[in-house]
Amino acid sequence: MIEEKFDFSAPIKKKILQMGIAGVVLLIIGIILANFGGHGHAHEAHEAAHEGGHHAFHWIQRLWVDLWINNVFFMGIAIIGVFFFAIQYVAQAGWSAGILRIPLALGNWLPIAAILMLLVFGLANFTSEWHLFHWMDKSLYDIDGPNYDAIIAGKAAYLNTPFFMVRMITYFVIWVGFFFLLKKKALAEDIQGGNSFWYKKVRLSAIFIILFAITSSTSAWDWILSIDTHWFSTIFGWYIFASWFVTGLATITLIVIFLKKNGYLSIVNSNHLHDLGKFVFAFSIFWTYTWFSQFMLIYYSNIPEEGIYFVERMRSDPYMLVFFGNLIINFFLPFLLLMTRDAKRHTQFLQIVCVLVIFGHWIDFYLMITPGTLKENGTLGLIELGTALVYASAFLVVVFNGLSKIPLIAKNHPMLEESKHHHI
Amino acid sequence: MAMDSGKHYVLGIFEDEDVLIQAVKSVRGAGVKIHEVFSPFPVHGLDEALGYKRSRLPIAAFMFGALGTTLALTMQFWMLGVDWPMIIGGKNFTPLPTFIPVTFELTVLLSALGMVGVFMIVSNLKPYATPKIFDKRSTDDKHVMAIDLAQNKMDKGKIDEILKSSGASEVNQKEFE
Repeated sequence: MIEEKFDFSAPIKKKILQMGIAGVVLLIIGIILANFGGHGHAHEAHEAAHEGGHHAFHWIQRLWVDLWINNVFFMGIAIIGVFFFAIQYVAQAGWSAGILRIPLALGNWLPIAAILMLLVFGLANFTSEWHLFHWMDKSLYDIDGPNYDAIIAGKAAYLNTPFFMVRMITYFVIWVGFFFLLKKKALAEDIQGGNSFWYKKVRLSAIFIILFAITSSTSAWDWILSIDTHWFSTIFGWYIFASWFVTGLATITLIVIFLKKNGYLSIVNSNHLHDLGKFVFAFSIFWTYTWFSQFMLIYYSNIPEEGIYFVERMRSDPYMLVFFGNLIINFFLPFLLLMTRDAKRHTQFLQIVCVLVIFGHWIDFYLMITPGTLKENGTLGLIELGTALVYASAFLVVVFNGLSKIPLIAKNHPMLEESKHHHI
Repeated sequence: MAMDSGKHYVLGIFEDEDVLIQAVKSVRGAGVKIHEVFSPFPVHGLDEALGYKRSRLPIAAFMFGALGTTLALTMQFWMLGVDWPMIIGGKNFTPLPTFIPVTFELTVLLSALGMVGVFMIVSNLKPYATPKIFDKRSTDDKHVMAIDLAQNKMDKGKIDEILKSSGASEVNQKEFE
């Protein structure tokens, strides 16, 4: 039996706090620049937008969009933690028994994500005339009005605020519920031992995976796809899942490396890192596969109402670089860098690739959400960087805090011995 | 006595894989070069004990994959861009995204076939090759350690002794034409 407990010590807290403060400072500077920015160019563009009769976007709207991106992004990492935990049980995997507390701890963010999500959704949509989701504009449904949109009105049975809220709450009830159930069983196993808890977790995990298969798709439609209300893509749920999954895997890998470097996780050796590296490598390719499947069909069939989604992203000034950068960071770099066995077993190397992948997928979510909400006014600036840093530090505080409260290694996991001798 | 390489072998027969691994270590420790070990099932840790370097097959796989990518892209660009330009679906003559599926398939195909081919050549499984069969029982219930006498300066009696003392149940000799 291995007794290990993570000490969320002051130096680690200080580092995370510094990151959070840096985020807040960048955010404030960003907001000041956005308000009084002496940039002549931006000012001219602003004037031009007014003259053209277009509604120029206020920094508050930009902030809401950034908050929404981070909500979806970090919520995804958290739920992938629970999902990864569940998968290990359903697959009856032995190699991962020693590291399972880390994906489990990611789930601690879920309740906070739920509150933040409801809060941002409410504040962003009900404090002004502007909506994060285009379909929330009531004038679209007025059949006699000038803004009447037959397509969106036809989707009203699914895309309406009460049902949307009900769905959002349902997802979180399921996800948070299963997180607490699995955690409870894992902790009970630590005390009582025996195989019965393992079997209980297998059953719970199987149910959770089925529910997550449905809710991951529908939540992706709700939170991201419905922003571009006219557009649709049948692979979208998979695509979001792939993006979340590879980000979650990279996060798990980074935390394992971090703990290992700080002298924890005596059970972990380069074989476990190799497997985690393989996961990141494989699911980077899986993400590319779903990304390309979506792009390829739309490109080939060339239907205007579908193609507009990629025209907005590929052929416009603010997003073109991000669009191709997204592909380079999320496919070419992990594919080439993590291809060899040595790369996957090299801690420093793996760490760099994981950071790249997490950054790359943040960019991916940015590219899904911003063009639909801010149109051609989206930028990647200090506000984006600031909110991401604030979210990342809050996320880390919650996860590490949760991790420090439970034994770092499952004491009575039936496959712990197998995990200890894992060798590939 | 000078001998031709690959003709005269001493075979140590082992019953148990744990004894085998210990024997491999002690035989190598005594300065004997082992030609090959045959076992009816994969024995964990045997590669390390024999001091084998990791296979370079993945490098061959990458090379063949890269060849497949290059071939597929060249073929499509040449066919649709140079030899017989056609407008398909309102695209330009050489639309890269539509080439990706074929490129992917040819990359995987050449990588896989190339790997199989290289493996067969390296392992002497190519057509018309006659593999050396040391002891048929290595496909049933015995582990067979083959030592090439030409590769070792030690005399046969000494090698037999080392094999016996490290736990071999039989020590045989095998000659090939």
